[in-house]
Amino acid sequence: MSYFVDEKGFYGRFGGAYIPEMLYANVEELRTQYLKIMESDQFRNDYQFLLKHYAGRPSPLYPAKRLSELYKTNIFLKREDLNHTGSHKLNNTIGQILIAKALGKTRIIAETGAGQHGVATATVCALMNLECIVYMGETDVQRQYPNVMRMKMLGAEVVPVTSGNKTLKDATNEAIRDWINHPENTHYIIGSVVGPHPYPDMVSKFQSIISEEIKLQLKEHIGRELPDYAIACVGGGSNAIGTFYHFIDHPEVKLVAVEASGLGVDTNETAATIACGELGIIHGSKTYLMQNQDGQITEPYSISAGLDYPGIGPVHAHLHETGRLTVMDATDKEALDAAFRLTQIEGIIPALESAHALAALEKMRFRPEDIVVVTVSGRGDKDMDTYIKCMNDKL
Amino acid sequence: MNRINQLFETKSENILSIYFTAGHPELSNIAELIQLLEESGVDMIEIGMPFSDPLADGPVIQQSSQKALANGMNIHLLFEQLKDIRKTVKIPLLLMGYLNPVMHFGVEKFCAECKKAGVDGVILPDLPMEEYEASYKKVFEENGLRFIFLISPQTSEARIHKIDSLSNGFIYMVSSSATTGATGSLSEAQLAYFNKVKSLKLKNPLVVGFGISNRENYLEVCKYANGAIIGSAFVRMLEKPGDWTVNTREFIKSIQ
Ligand SMILES: Cc1ncc(COP(=O)(O)O)c(C=O)c1O
Repeated sequence: MSYFVDEKGFYGRFGGAYIPEMLYANVEELRTQYLKIMESDQFRNDYQFLLKHYAGRPSPLYPAKRLSELYKTNIFLKREDLNHTGSHKLNNTIGQILIAKALGKTRIIAETGAGQHGVATATVCALMNLECIVYMGETDVQRQYPNVMRMKMLGAEVVPVTSGNKTLKDATNEAIRDWINHPENTHYIIGSVVGPHPYPDMVSKFQSIISEEIKLQLKEHIGRELPDYAIACVGGGSNAIGTFYHFIDHPEVKLVAVEASGLGVDTNETAATIACGELGIIHGSKTYLMQNQDGQITEPYSISAGLDYPGIGPVHAHLHETGRLTVMDATDKEALDAAFRLTQIEGIIPALESAHALAALEKMRFRPEDIVVVTVSGRGDKDMDTYIKCMNDKL
Repeated sequence: MNRINQLFETKSENILSIYFTAGHPELSNIAELIQLLEESGVDMIEIGMPFSDPLADGPVIQQSSQKALANGMNIHLLFEQLKDIRKTVKIPLLLMGYLNPVMHFGVEKFCAECKKAGVDGVILPDLPMEEYEASYKKVFEENGLRFIFLISPQTSEARIHKIDSLSNGFIYMVSSSATTGATGSLSEAQLAYFNKVKSLKLKNPLVVGFGISNRENYLEVCKYANGAIIGSAFVRMLEKPGDWTVNTREFIKSIQ
């Protein structure tokens, strides 16, 4: 059983490249080139150099003492919140900007939900002196305003998207349309393990640095490379696959993905794709998808803009279907509670997305000797408005 | 014989095809609209099946799709409205849309319903050629349906030949690197692309679509291809105030 992509771009029955002909040449160029580029010495050197000296990697693996006491086990936090720009998203944008350069592209487009991927894209575009256009749903422009201003300060053009629910799905549609209209000079930096092949595989490989580091760091801390649990939140699923990647073929490591269930999986206000979705096609990929009885994609809901996506990366659909992956969910309220808990006992303000991963700890039972790694995918600065509102409500 | 093949056998120039979105602006006038288009001299019709996330479409068709869905259009209802269409209408009818709603409806059931209604062809821009060949071709052919592929200025010559060999109807030549609805006059680069494709001497007829909005564009592209498809411009026209039957007749007259 392989959990990785096959030569046709599928993970089991998921994945593929369901794209209109107008995008075929671009996606084909990427498909035939990405591995060659990534395996070249030049790319490896540049990528490693930037991860170390620009992004500040490796990110710490912190043995969270008080959190461990609380849950009576051994919890390690993978601190992607300390990565430059404040989330794991930069690992992918550094990789993709080098690919874009190698392909001779001069114009970069991206979609963004929470704004973290937009900021990470705008950052590498500033670094490489490339034009940058970021599509962002109008709803998200409002709820993640500080990130909009960061992108602008970095020199990116932020285009508010007014179609649909005005969130991540719609921003992605608009970015794809932009690519159709600018096929020659433009590279589309997708921010998660979604979209047509080869994106899910390419982005997985760039994020796999997370588990590569976890292995080495665990070895240093406890003398063994493998944890008992690897836990991460999943929107499209890039920080999750990064957290799982080097453990996938070690069945003794339990992989846990936490979806955002908004107001609950039994309501319509949810973004828990595996819990509530059915097989379908979104943004060029066959995967689980939230849709109505007519196959129209429905609007997800989560308090967290970065998890507010009606699909899920095909790799996770496959890991789930084969039983390799445990999928859990956390509601808005559970995530907020978890964010405050971490802040107050460890002094780390997590992103709302990451708070969903932390919320799962409440619902799990661990043995005292278990080694549990939770990825804190980003920091909470962008979510301060939500946290402030929450504090005011409690007063 | 399939009506698409019949059409191109009897007419090889200035074929006019019209696209509209089913359920927009009104939910229930599809049969009337089709009849009116045939009476007005239109040669072929593409009926758009609205989708929530039409990736290859510009703002006009996006909005018409949203409106149609808000009106309650779905594939079941569309087939219901097409039930008696072949009692009166003789020109080829195609359904155009995105793969997800068709997959959700069930591909075999969809093809069977198409056959029952008298639909001649289907256009699903996000169904890749390789997957069509492997998993869809058989059921489409069994139901007498022509599957229409798109080519764009980015499509390589080798791929165009592959598409030509898989096609049996016509090839949909996307006029530029764009989503639907982009307009303006034709550029040098577009004309060079049309010329290149024309010189390949493909076995299938060519019909140009995307961005054809008026008589001038239509006649110009018909120099390079067997016909043209007008979509966004027609969809926009349908929203004009006044009697839609009068407006439609006038629009078609203004093109031909
Ligand atoms: C901090 C953070 N974590 C997680 C996500 C969700 O993305 P993914 O599931 O691809 O990791 C986002 C997306 O914006 C994010 O900003």
